[in-house]
Amino acid sequence: MEPLLTIQGPEAMLFWVLAPLSVIAALGILLVKKAVHSALLLAWVMITEAIFYIAQDALFLGIVQIIVYTGAVMMLFLFILMLVGVDSSDSLSETITGLRPIAITAALGFGGLLVSLLGRATLGREPVGLTVANAPGNVQGLAVLLFSKYVWPFEVVSALLITAAIGAMVLAHHQRTNIRPTQREQAVNRFRSGSLAGAAGLPGPGVFARHNAVDVPALLPDGTPAPSSISATLKARGDVIDSGQFQLDNVDTTVKEEK
Amino acid sequence: MNIDNYLYLSALLFTIGAVGVVVRRNAIVVFMCVELMLNAANLTLVTFSRINGTLDGQVVAFFTMVVAACEVVVGLAIIVTIYRSRRSASIDDASLLKR
Repeated sequence: MEPLLTIQGPEAMLFWVLAPLSVIAALGILLVKKAVHSALLLAWVMITEAIFYIAQDALFLGIVQIIVYTGAVMMLFLFILMLVGVDSSDSLSETITGLRPIAITAALGFGGLLVSLLGRATLGREPVGLTVANAPGNVQGLAVLLFSKYVWPFEVVSALLITAAIGAMVLAHHQRTNIRPTQREQAVNRFRSGSLAGAAGLPGPGVFARHNAVDVPALLPDGTPAPSSISATLKARGDVIDSGQFQLDNVDTTVKEEK
Repeated sequence: MNIDNYLYLSALLFTIGAVGVVVRRNAIVVFMCVELMLNAANLTLVTFSRINGTLDGQVVAFFTMVVAACEVVVGLAIIVTIYRSRRSASIDDASLLKR
């Protein structure tokens, strides 16, 4: 096999520094537990690939890679991660027995096949390099191809983009399975349900003029606290303050107001 | 350095992405691995464009990026829809056809 275009100097150094780093980051995507860390490692792999594109005379693609992938796509990934949150699927334990050894064996076979194939393949001619093709400028060269030879795929891609946008809207659209009750229906239901005690709404929290916060139950006319005036969430957290200390006859002056 | 090394690198990245698709269970991480495979293919296209001395490979890589962007939008919308109905982003849980 004849030697291919040899690359020397800065580009070779760039490759030998960044290629191991990108492979390590790609392996990290498989091995780290949290999906957010996977996303950050993938962003790093994409940035290294952008640098490789720029090093290989594909300036436009390198910039697009940074803008589209590390900008838009990774932002979308992180946004969806934030929506979905963390659940049990983040764990690395295998659910299908024997999946992992089979996957690793298959990957070794597949990767070995690819590498040996690349090692033996020849193009039958010397690599040319892009100095001639890029002579009028990389963007200009791409534009000439895009609007002459590839103008039909370009149009089809625009149809694909519109389809994807509409598809995402259809999928994300949430249809209610029940009709939302109107205010009038809610009022009627309150009066027709079991007792009239809560018909006018639940009592608000706080002891008037003493401690008007949501974590203090209101006092009933007989001096006992009203548990229904406190949010169930605060109760579950244990953040409720006893309202007895704010009663008129025994004011506890050691309690400080929160500023 | 030989220009083949770029091809070896992209073969490695593609293989790692393929393993990730099979091994990981979180649908979003699986999706990230698919993106990794697409990126590896793009690196191959750019490298071959340089070997052949024509910009056609770069145009195809550009189209691949557009397709990948569409795929991300629709795929993430599917993940959100499944998460909304099943409260899980695990690919093992979406097995309705099996039962």
